[in-house]
Amino acid sequence: MKKLNLIVLLLVLSIFLFSQEETEKPIEHSPENSKCFNCHGSPMYSFYNEVLERNVTKRMNPYFLVDSVSFYDQNHSSFVCIDCHSYDYRTFPHDNELQMDLMPSCFDCHEGDDATAEYQFEKIDHEFIESVHSTKHSDEFTCWMCHNPHTYKINARDNENIKETIIYDNNICLSCHADYNKYQLITSEKNSNIIEKHDWLPNQIAHFTSVRCIECHSHSTDDILVAHHILPKDEAVKKCVECHSSNSMLMASLYKFQAQENRRNYGFFNAAILSDSYMIGANRNLYLNILSGAIFGIVSLLILIHAILRIILK
Amino acid sequence: MTKPMYLYPLWVRLWHLANALMFLSLIATGLSLQYSSIEYTIIPFQYAVSIHNITGIVLCTGYIFFLFANRFTSNGNYYQFHLKGMLNRTFIQLRYYSYGIFKNEEAPFPISADRKFNPLQKISYVFVMYFLMPIVVITGVALFFPDMLPDKIVGIVGIHFIDLIHIISGFTLSIFMVVHIYFCTIGKTPLANFKSMINGWY
Repeated sequence: MKKLNLIVLLLVLSIFLFSQEETEKPIEHSPENSKCFNCHGSPMYSFYNEVLERNVTKRMNPYFLVDSVSFYDQNHSSFVCIDCHSYDYRTFPHDNELQMDLMPSCFDCHEGDDATAEYQFEKIDHEFIESVHSTKHSDEFTCWMCHNPHTYKINARDNENIKETIIYDNNICLSCHADYNKYQLITSEKNSNIIEKHDWLPNQIAHFTSVRCIECHSHSTDDILVAHHILPKDEAVKKCVECHSSNSMLMASLYKFQAQENRRNYGFFNAAILSDSYMIGANRNLYLNILSGAIFGIVSLLILIHAILRIILK
Repeated sequence: MTKPMYLYPLWVRLWHLANALMFLSLIATGLSLQYSSIEYTIIPFQYAVSIHNITGIVLCTGYIFFLFANRFTSNGNYYQFHLKGMLNRTFIQLRYYSYGIFKNEEAPFPISADRKFNPLQKISYVFVMYFLMPIVVITGVALFFPDMLPDKIVGIVGIHFIDLIHIISGFTLSIFMVVHIYFCTIGKTPLANFKSMINGWY
């Protein structure tokens, strides 16, 4: 009997250990990439200058700097650098003409790609073309402007923590709209102060940490999970009741994925919002509504009967 | 004909009037916020928020004033309980409201200078002023600072928990107000108590 117990225990332990190994499988770092990260992974890089016959240390252009930790924690972490960049980058010093190479776009790989069909890249592209990012800027405004190919990872459908998704997604917008230097790279227009522009919004901190910029600044459709049709500022949502109501538009944007997974629960309208936040006007409890209505009705009826009896029996 | 009594001093009447107006405003704006809708709007959301906040602060200030005034004037005596025989007195008053009043019986606890409230009024007023009002005021103040509320309280999102308590206590106070207004019609004449609350004389 003891032997049997021991075998069962070992079996359970082995399953546990096996599953641990499965989930904590380390990402394979390509040796090819390590060569690139030797220089592009740090703000300073060194090389042997054959003309000077000595080691030289130089500063890396910040726009060519790639954080290797973030790189191996993003959507394309399994890629080697030369999957997207020219094979010729393997030689150093890099040929100047390589700078003339066109960078691949998302659609070079994802267009018509069955493996990533659920993300609906064609529809995203269609929305992007209609957005101010496309209509107000040149072709230089590409997907990479918002989705850094070296660090971007999907959030809305993967992360159960809505707050983290909000911070991650808003930081994408803020990386330009709150950064004067980066903003001026694509436009000569003055970058307005976001805090001042949203002075009209009550409880600014609560709003900025509870919803994403795109909730108000994009046109959401049922077709794709995250809206890419960014609207001109004059068309942004300014009506409180668009969110603060039982048919809150947030259920079709920020909480779309949760709403699909988790329909109205326990009588709460917009139950998905309640897992991380609370919004007056949007969160109501059906049973409390009925109960309060019934109590008010009964009290009013009793008062009416009492008043009538007082008048009749006086 | 009983001799008129000066029962309601000026500060009580002014506080009561302010309280009543703030209550009406808070109920209207509170309902408008809770049941806000795109299709039908009673009070536009942004105005409802502002009005609810301002009237809430006024109500809160008035409540603090009431607590101090009741502590340092004789008005506080009317809110003091004598537990002995309370249940019996309450039952007698209940019986009067539900039966005796229709038989034209005399009120069992007529108003006097020493007894402004009958036993049922005393219980309800104490419950409202010293239990429900602190809850609605404290939760209301807490909702002014949503960022400072704990993320979770008993497993529920902090702001949702506080708001539920605020709404439930606010709703109970609204029911009290309806009943209170109706019971005020039970006087020498249906309007006598309202007149008393305006001129102070009963």
